[in-house]
Amino acid sequence: MNRKADKPATAMPFDPGRRSFLAGTAATAGVALAPGIFLYSVGASRSAEARALDEAASSEVRWGMLIDVNRCDSGCNDCVSACVTENGLQGHGRPATDPQWIRKIDLRDPNTGREQSLPVMCQHCDEPPCVDVCPTGASFKRADGIVLVNKHTCIGCRYCISACPYKARSFVHETLEDQKSYAPRGKGTVESCTLCVHRIDDDRQPACVEACSDTGGGAMLFGDLNNPDSEIARRVAQYASQQIRADLGLNPAVRYRNL
Amino acid sequence: MRLNRSAMITIAVALALFASLAVVVTAAEKNDRTMSEVPVPAIPQGQGERCVEDTDFMRRNHMTLLMHQRDDTMLQGIRTKQYSLKECVNCHAVQGKDESAVSVSDPKHFCRACHDYAAVKIDCFECHSSRPEIDAASPHDGLIAEMLKE
Amino acid sequence: MKRTIYSEIDGKSGRFYLLAAVLAALTLSGFVAALYMEHYGHYITGMNNQIVWGLPHVFAIFLIVAASGALNVASIGTVFGKRIYKPLGRFSGLLALALLLGGLTVLVLDLGRPDRLIVAMTTYNFTSIFAWNIYLYVGFIGVVAVYLWMQMERRMNRYARAAGMLAFLWRLVLTTGTGSIFGFLVAREAYDSAIMAPLFIAMSFSFGLAIYVLVLLAACHGSGREIGDAVLRRLGRLLGVFVAVVLYFTAVQHLTNLYAAEHLGVERFILLDGGIFTVLFWGVQVTVGGLLPLLLLFRSPPVNSVVSARGLVIACLAIVAGGFAQVYVIVIGGQAWPLNLFPDREVSSSFYDGVISNYSPSLPELGLGLGGVALTGLIVLFGIRILRFLPTTLADSAIDPNFVSSADKS
Repeated sequence: MNRKADKPATAMPFDPGRRSFLAGTAATAGVALAPGIFLYSVGASRSAEARALDEAASSEVRWGMLIDVNRCDSGCNDCVSACVTENGLQGHGRPATDPQWIRKIDLRDPNTGREQSLPVMCQHCDEPPCVDVCPTGASFKRADGIVLVNKHTCIGCRYCISACPYKARSFVHETLEDQKSYAPRGKGTVESCTLCVHRIDDDRQPACVEACSDTGGGAMLFGDLNNPDSEIARRVAQYASQQIRADLGLNPAVRYRNL
Repeated sequence: MRLNRSAMITIAVALALFASLAVVVTAAEKNDRTMSEVPVPAIPQGQGERCVEDTDFMRRNHMTLLMHQRDDTMLQGIRTKQYSLKECVNCHAVQGKDESAVSVSDPKHFCRACHDYAAVKIDCFECHSSRPEIDAASPHDGLIAEMLKE
Repeated sequence: MKRTIYSEIDGKSGRFYLLAAVLAALTLSGFVAALYMEHYGHYITGMNNQIVWGLPHVFAIFLIVAASGALNVASIGTVFGKRIYKPLGRFSGLLALALLLGGLTVLVLDLGRPDRLIVAMTTYNFTSIFAWNIYLYVGFIGVVAVYLWMQMERRMNRYARAAGMLAFLWRLVLTTGTGSIFGFLVAREAYDSAIMAPLFIAMSFSFGLAIYVLVLLAACHGSGREIGDAVLRRLGRLLGVFVAVVLYFTAVQHLTNLYAAEHLGVERFILLDGGIFTVLFWGVQVTVGGLLPLLLLFRSPPVNSVVSARGLVIACLAIVAGGFAQVYVIVIGGQAWPLNLFPDREVSSSFYDGVISNYSPSLPELGLGLGGVALTGLIVLFGIRILRFLPTTLADSAIDPNFVSSADKS
């Protein structure tokens, strides 16, 4: 075999400027502009050390999200549109079978009449039922806590859709073409929010979070729950937050404030 | 001279073998002459000077490389570019009539050119895009070309 | 009592070929329906992101559950030593295999990627009850095949009891696994209960025996073999007990759920105002599939054998209809009830949160399901044509150890 030595991918040139720029943003962002008002824009809550391309996701990290329901407006759908654009989820005008990775749910308390609105997507559980029930192990949790479907081994049995308490998963009901190169998806397999894993691996925030801070209410905060210095970890330590169906003991990585 | 039975059988077998050998050789020669009439796959050239590995190696092992990369990327988030399907697609894209890259539904697509010939089904493009992303202005573009120049 | 003699059916009559042709055509149309679904994707079916398991799963689960039950007749004969059941054992094994293969075929062809069956067979996640079921189903085929061999090969007869015991235990575990597919779904209010396993076992006893009796009567009738009153009466009474047990477990299932205030909604839905599901539950599952057969099977002894056989057939048909309705209510009804993400709030969204989902089965789904049933029939028909599964006679004088001829009585 005349195969040349497998060149380690670290040898590949990579724009160091871009990484350090992001690291810089991470260090400076999250500054309190005024008491109670935080600036969390691009890369705000990311750890300063971004992962190299050839480095596997680490279990020292647990990606999570904190959503402030008070800042989420019922009429705003920016996170959903951003997700659709980013992942190429344009439907076929058939709402019962079209996919929704993230959706807005409007809540009303029947006893008090209080109304709220919030986005719900895959909650990236620590103990995901979808992973437990998947016969082939296609549904899996990555080391950094992101729950994904390995579409190479998914046989389309839909048991995970039945098992998910959050109705977070969709089945691809029809033939697709021209998918996004970073978000492969195809007929006959199950899919759900990937937490924009392609963006995370590229040191960027999920599309919904970015859209929420750009044009929405700035209700979504993304970051590493395991890093005590991260903005999200500080906030969940400081303020009350809750998980949907916490009674099930699944420990989702998506938390809500003021719910 | 009288031959016993086993000697006769031995001779007969040897003759038969020789005869069949002759047939094979003539057939092979004939085959050689008519080589141009045998359909061969029209494999489109990729951009740049050469592929990430030698052609011989790629012909035999591209599927193993892709499979290995696929598991690394999917399960662990390793996103090196050298053996990534996306980079294959970016580099080997074939221009169609409207000057945009053809998809795998076109027989001229670089994967189909060979796979149709070999009658091997590809399952990649049920999910993956078979064309380069038009608006993918990734900061990593052209890295492989640079890397190979070194 | 004489020694039981088994023989193949002739398979030369016009009726045989007609039946074979009809079954083959239905099986073929099932495969065509599956191809159609795979080609266009599941959007052409009634299934969607709310009701992810539809009519094919109802057929598949019904057939698989019945498969393990159909084996009971053999178990009673060899394991529990009831001699009158012994001549019925081979046919019971054949029917069990056929039902399982029919059900599995439907299940597999409804997958999003049936072409990846090899993935399902080679990569396992052992925390998944589905993965365990793959082993249990494949193992069942193997165990029953060995059991049949032990029964049919005279030199191996002495091992039949051991093989029968293994098959009996295996089928109990198998049905536990099938029931647990639902029992392990923590977030679904209609499922999430350990009672699913024993309920499914009870269902398998009842559905399996009902189908067994129907197919046995059809096979004997079609091949002109006599079947005695005593054996029918026995099968009928046993069937009555099984029907009662299913009713009991169904009652416990709903009473348990009713006791939990958080599950009142889903119980109200199934039992009171669930539209088609309520109708299917009370009308078909409980009345037709439960009360009617009980009445038919436990009424005072019939005057003559014709009435007895007719009553038994009606009871079996009612049990099959009720059983199908029961699986439909469990599978589809359980999914139609929405997930409760925010227990104390009213919810609305573009993704059917808080909404009771609709499901209307499509023609391809029905075609696929019926194809599975036809495949089962085809396997049975082919089996009794080429191998000796059926006794030449099931007359009381031939198989009932307690038989006393009327001449002796007087």
